[in-house]
Amino acid sequence: MRYSAFSILWQGLKGHSGWPRMWRDPVPKDHYDVIIIGGGGHGLATAYYLAKEHGVTNIAVIEKGWIGGGNVGRNTTIVRSNYMLPANTHFYEKSMQLWEGLEQDLNFNVMVSQRGIINLFHSDPQRDAMARRGNAMRLAGVDAEMLTPAQLKKRVPILDFDNARFPIRGGLTQPRGGTVRHDAVAWGYARGADMRGVDIIQNCEVQDIRIEGGRAVGVETSKGFISADKVAMAVAGHTSAVAKMAGIELPVESHVLQAFVSEGIKPLIDTVVTFGAGHFYISQSDKGGLVYGGDLDGYNSYAQRGNMPMMEHVMAGGMAIMPTLGRVRLLRHWGGIMDMSFDGSPFICKTGIGGLYLNGGWCYGGFKATPASGWCYAHTIAKDEPHKLNAAFTIERFREGRMLDEKGVGPNPWIQ
Amino acid sequence: MHQIDCPWCGVRDEAEFQYQGDASVTRPDPDAGEDDFFSYVYVRDNPKGWHTEWWHHNGGCRQWVKVVRNTATHEIHATGLPRDGLPVPQARLKP
Repeated sequence: MRYSAFSILWQGLKGHSGWPRMWRDPVPKDHYDVIIIGGGGHGLATAYYLAKEHGVTNIAVIEKGWIGGGNVGRNTTIVRSNYMLPANTHFYEKSMQLWEGLEQDLNFNVMVSQRGIINLFHSDPQRDAMARRGNAMRLAGVDAEMLTPAQLKKRVPILDFDNARFPIRGGLTQPRGGTVRHDAVAWGYARGADMRGVDIIQNCEVQDIRIEGGRAVGVETSKGFISADKVAMAVAGHTSAVAKMAGIELPVESHVLQAFVSEGIKPLIDTVVTFGAGHFYISQSDKGGLVYGGDLDGYNSYAQRGNMPMMEHVMAGGMAIMPTLGRVRLLRHWGGIMDMSFDGSPFICKTGIGGLYLNGGWCYGGFKATPASGWCYAHTIAKDEPHKLNAAFTIERFREGRMLDEKGVGPNPWIQ
Repeated sequence: MHQIDCPWCGVRDEAEFQYQGDASVTRPDPDAGEDDFFSYVYVRDNPKGWHTEWWHHNGGCRQWVKVVRNTATHEIHATGLPRDGLPVPQARLKP
């Protein structure tokens, strides 16, 4: 069913009794051309673009839990392409462009809101670093502007510009950045993939990857063995565990990152603000809740919940830059498990095993990448070779000394 | 919150410590070859379950503490000196 103003009106007249479910609940077939392990944003986007761009429709997306229950629903919904290294800049800009046309493409309201993102700076050296980043972005065709304190005061008056330790001297903004409703992204891609014949199999856990003669031939699941010509992993957070099923060891550690939402309040901040010096960033959802977060907890964890010291650290960062936060009550908070790669950049690549593909290592930046990740991964799987946009996102880059260390912190994932 | 039993200071809150990574990794011999050094620098077991790791007591005695901790439950099984070979419970959780 195609969604439109007319369909809403028509269903409204019928008491909303005729909306069909958005995707089926199929029994797995014995064989698929492609099995995607993981029904998160990236897995669903991959299935969608495989079907739409490459005509591969005999696909199963196998999900341990339910659609939208993992990291695609556990992030702070920010999208941006303000990267500096060429491989990252071009990839994330592709993602930004796909976000811009996603609602029309999917015929689904994912609430893309290009409200802009502002990175604050507090000193001359920081201004130079921001200017450098902005120039790198503009050279790659991405939008970036420097804001003076006067411009910033007009845009975000609620900030503490005269903070004793971190007085605000300006900001770098990407006006096309913003937020997207994260659950809707999972649902939109799931619906789009299902409409093209993709089987989305929920509550089905992949327990092993069967490999014969150096080639992946299928997966053992809680619903039995399913064979496939190609098997593609998209399980960021648990990539180490799933890759181990195929005997692959990776430069990845799993870490927990917390996020916070306040009670709903009237409009306070109409953009995304990051306070890098204090490890804090914030936006406001359309429901009115302030959505904010900070650093990783900083130790290996699969627990999907964090601890109090980091909560306190994030709140302190918020109070430093936006003291009015002290009057707003916290409504909920949660943790998500990040696939922290050893250079802070992802993997979208082939593996040493025929017909087995890897998508992971997204660190804490996977959500914004969802469309381009699916788009590039679909290309890699369909053609059995990477697109030029993801050619640098290999496992071998560590061995070859071609790391994409955007932050320049070296192989210590817990301080990325 | 993690409460870590520092062998020098006693039980202290996590906030006094800085995590320093997987303690089961050991530096290879200088002539061990590229593969061993690659694994040493980049490859980690990253288990869901018991994990032997370093915590630096940088808000206290500034010594390094070896800790056996569960990455799925945040339970701490044992702590000790860097030279100690700490027992690791065998039960692994499902991935």
